[in-house]
Formats: sequence, structure tokens, C-alpha cells
Amino acid sequence: MARIIAGVSSSHVPAIGAAIDNHRTEEPYWRRVFSGFEKSKEWMAQAKPDVCIAVYNDHASAFSVEIVPTFALGCAAEFPPADEGWGPRPVPVVKGHPELAAHIAQSVILDEFDLTVVNKMEVDHGLTVPLNLLFGSPNEWPCPVIPLAVNVVLYPPPTGHRCFMLGRAIRKAVESYPEDLRVVVLGTGGMSHQISGPRAGLINSKFDKAFLDNLTKDPKKLMRMPHVEYMREAGAEGIEMVMWLVMRGALDDNVREVYRFYTVPASNTAVGHIILENKPRAPSRHAAPKRRAVRLKPAARRAAARARIDRVHG
Amino acid sequence: MIREQHDYDDIPGTFVFDQGRSRQGYGINMFCMSLMKEENRRAFKANEAEYLKQFKLTPEQTEAILKRDYNRMLELGGNIYFTAKLGATDGHSFQHLAALMTGSTQEDYANMMLAGGRSVEGVRSKSGKRAAAEPEQRPKWAKGTKRARPARRARLSGAARAAKPKARTRGKSRSKRG
Repeated sequence: MARIIAGVSSSHVPAIGAAIDNHRTEEPYWRRVFSGFEKSKEWMAQAKPDVCIAVYNDHASAFSVEIVPTFALGCAAEFPPADEGWGPRPVPVVKGHPELAAHIAQSVILDEFDLTVVNKMEVDHGLTVPLNLLFGSPNEWPCPVIPLAVNVVLYPPPTGHRCFMLGRAIRKAVESYPEDLRVVVLGTGGMSHQISGPRAGLINSKFDKAFLDNLTKDPKKLMRMPHVEYMREAGAEGIEMVMWLVMRGALDDNVREVYRFYTVPASNTAVGHIILENKPRAPSRHAAPKRRAVRLKPAARRAAARARIDRVHG
Repeated sequence: MIREQHDYDDIPGTFVFDQGRSRQGYGINMFCMSLMKEENRRAFKANEAEYLKQFKLTPEQTEAILKRDYNRMLELGGNIYFTAKLGATDGHSFQHLAALMTGSTQEDYANMMLAGGRSVEGVRSKSGKRAAAEPEQRPKWAKGTKRARPARRARLSGAARAAKPKARTRGKSRSKRG
């Protein structure tokens, strides 16, 4: 059985990609950003996922305004880096996992998530920058990556609740896949930033930190947050953070926060990053029958309660 | 043309790229998309006004593009990820465009970012309805979900609590017997 072992979220600022491509990572400005991901690379190297599912958004590269799918699952064997106006990024072609992707599509559509199946797609910085941050700059990406493109460009994006529930459906799909695979779900985008209009440059660290706290402990609170709240507090483009909720929905309710990093700025954006691990499940969870609470008759229950009180106070 | 009013119209300095703007700005965004190709970039640069005639643009939209009025482009339905391609054709970075839209020099803008960015204080709301963060504010549609529970528990406290569970157990056991 395949299973999701962890979720990792990270910003996907294009300028980070440009700094890597132009070998500027050692400049103090960029050093500050990249140093925050050293631990993450170590963690990734140890976690060694067999597959990553990367929740990201396209920035007018694969999808223009002609077709705008809300959720688009990459089911192809490979996804070349897109030319975003200055030539494709010099990063390896992203290899997909068509079998697992097809399985996920089949499962989540029957679970009433009407996503778009994409068999030909180029991927832009939204996907490749987080891969760089988590895997460095290898000649080949160390594992297959299934892209899940979410529309956060044309308002309205899917609600936080919908994103979270899609994560749930993806988890169910992964856990019903017969091959033993260790899967990591990546959420990308954010954190607070606004890159358009006279209010551009907005950063709200307080909001971002609360978001990270709630992502770990109380994601249901985030699920209810309306879009206008994201845009007002975290900037018009900060709404990308709903994608992190797909990642969170794919994890168990109780997770362990392994690592967190936050810095301002990278170009116009606050950079946030978090690693959440599923706690190991009890091996007997499915096998052992649930222990039934012993049923007592009302009189016996009152007697038992009295005995408990006596134990405490007596 | 009448624009529908939305809750996010209250956010200052922000043009949300919504369905209405997307419809209105289809020509602007398709023009920007065409700049992904080198030959189109060259054709545009050779004669901008002539090149723009291929696209369905209003006179205001054409003017905004020719004048590189990025805020006006957004207002007329352009989206920043698309208009950034026009910026790139002119050889400008994203940060240069951002500085332009805020009316500051790139240096001032970059310094503002280094100092932690633009504070949200004072730029939350045009109407002043939302002057401070209200993280606990609950949207109408979330009523009756999680937060309602403590209230229900409170209602059950005291005498009610003693009576209610009893009634429930009795009901259950009866149905079992039947």
C-alpha cells in the first residue's frame, strides 16, 4: 500500500529560481534565503520519497486565459520546464508517475472532485523552484513528481475548504494504491505578497506566522478563512496559500512539525517553509478490533463514579 | 459598463483579477501571451500600435499598453502575470514593475522590501470598516460548525446535563430491546 509520509510547503518566488540559475546563491541577500533550506535538503535526502505530489500554480505559462482549470492533475510521463519569457529554466525535465497519477484521477473524480486530466503540460517556476529548494540542483530529480496545478490566478480560486478536502481525497487515493510507495505532498506558493497595483510590496509576517501555527495545529480554522481575508491581510497574490491546504488535507489530523523557516523578503515576497510529518501509525490500527467501552447499567455507573471520586478525594 | 460590487473592492490599491475583469481584459492578456514568442516581440517592438490591432482592445486598453500604464492595464482587466511579459519584453524585472505600480523608484521599493515590506496597517480597507486584523472573525457560512459546540455544552450544564444523558441511554436501550 502506498502512503503519505509527510507534507512540505514552500514559497516559489521566481527570483529564487533566477538566483540559482545565475549562480548568485552565495550573495548575502540570497544566502539568507537559501540557508533556510539546508536542513530541508538533509531531511529530503533522509526521507527519500518514492514519489512527490506537487501542488502548485501555473503563472500564465501552461495555461493562458483561454482555458483555466481549477484543479489540473499532470498524468503525463514527463513535464518539460516552460519558457517563461527568458528561456526555459536550466533544470531537469520533471518525470511524472503516470500510473499513480491515473489512479489518483480515477479515485478523486469518483469522490466528486472533477479535476482536469492533463497529458501534456510544461511546468514553470511555481513547480521547479520548490524542487530546487528541496533537492538542490541535481542532473535528474531524485524521484517522480506528479504536478497538481491549482488556479489561484483568476478569482475565485477554490476555497480553502475545497482544497483541504481534495487533499483528503488524494490521501484516500494514495492509500488505495497497491504498490508500496512513500509519498510526500508538496504545497507551494505564498507567503504574504502582493505584486500588483499600488499596494504592491505588502508583507504581513504576523499573518504568515499565525498561518504556519494553524497549519500544524488547527488547519480547520484556515479552511474557513474567506478569500477576501487572504487578499486583505496577506496581499492579492497571498491567496496562493490556499494550496498549502491541499497538502495539509492529505496529512493526518495530528502531525509533527519537523522544521519551519521564515524570512522577508525574496524579491517581493515573504518566504515561508514548513515540514510536517505524519506520526507513525500503530501497526494494529486496521487489524485489531476496536476496544469497546464497557457498558454499565446506570446504577453501576453511578457506583463507579462514586468510587472514582473516592479515589481522587479520599 | 457597470461593474458588480464585491467585498474585495474595499481593499485599497488592489485590482482583483476576477471573472469580470478577465472577460474585459481578454485582449490585453492574449496580447501579453503572444509576447512569449521572439518573433512576436520583435514585431511588437517594430510597430507597437500596428501590432496591437490584431487584438480586440478598447481605445483605453490600447492607450494603457502604449503608455505602459500598468495600474490602468490591471484596472481594465489585465493580470499581473500576463502584463509582466510586456515588462520582460521591455527588459524590466518584476520588481521594476512593482516599483512602477507603487509610484516609487526601484531603489526605494527594494529598500522598503528589505525593511520588511509594506505594512498592512492602514491599507486594509478603503471604507475603514476593517482597520485592524480580526483573525477570529467568522464568515456567515461557517456558523453552526465548530464554534457552536461549546455553546451547546454550556447549555447542557447544570440541571440539563443531569437529565439529558439519562434520557439518551434509556432511548438507546429501549430501541435495542425492540
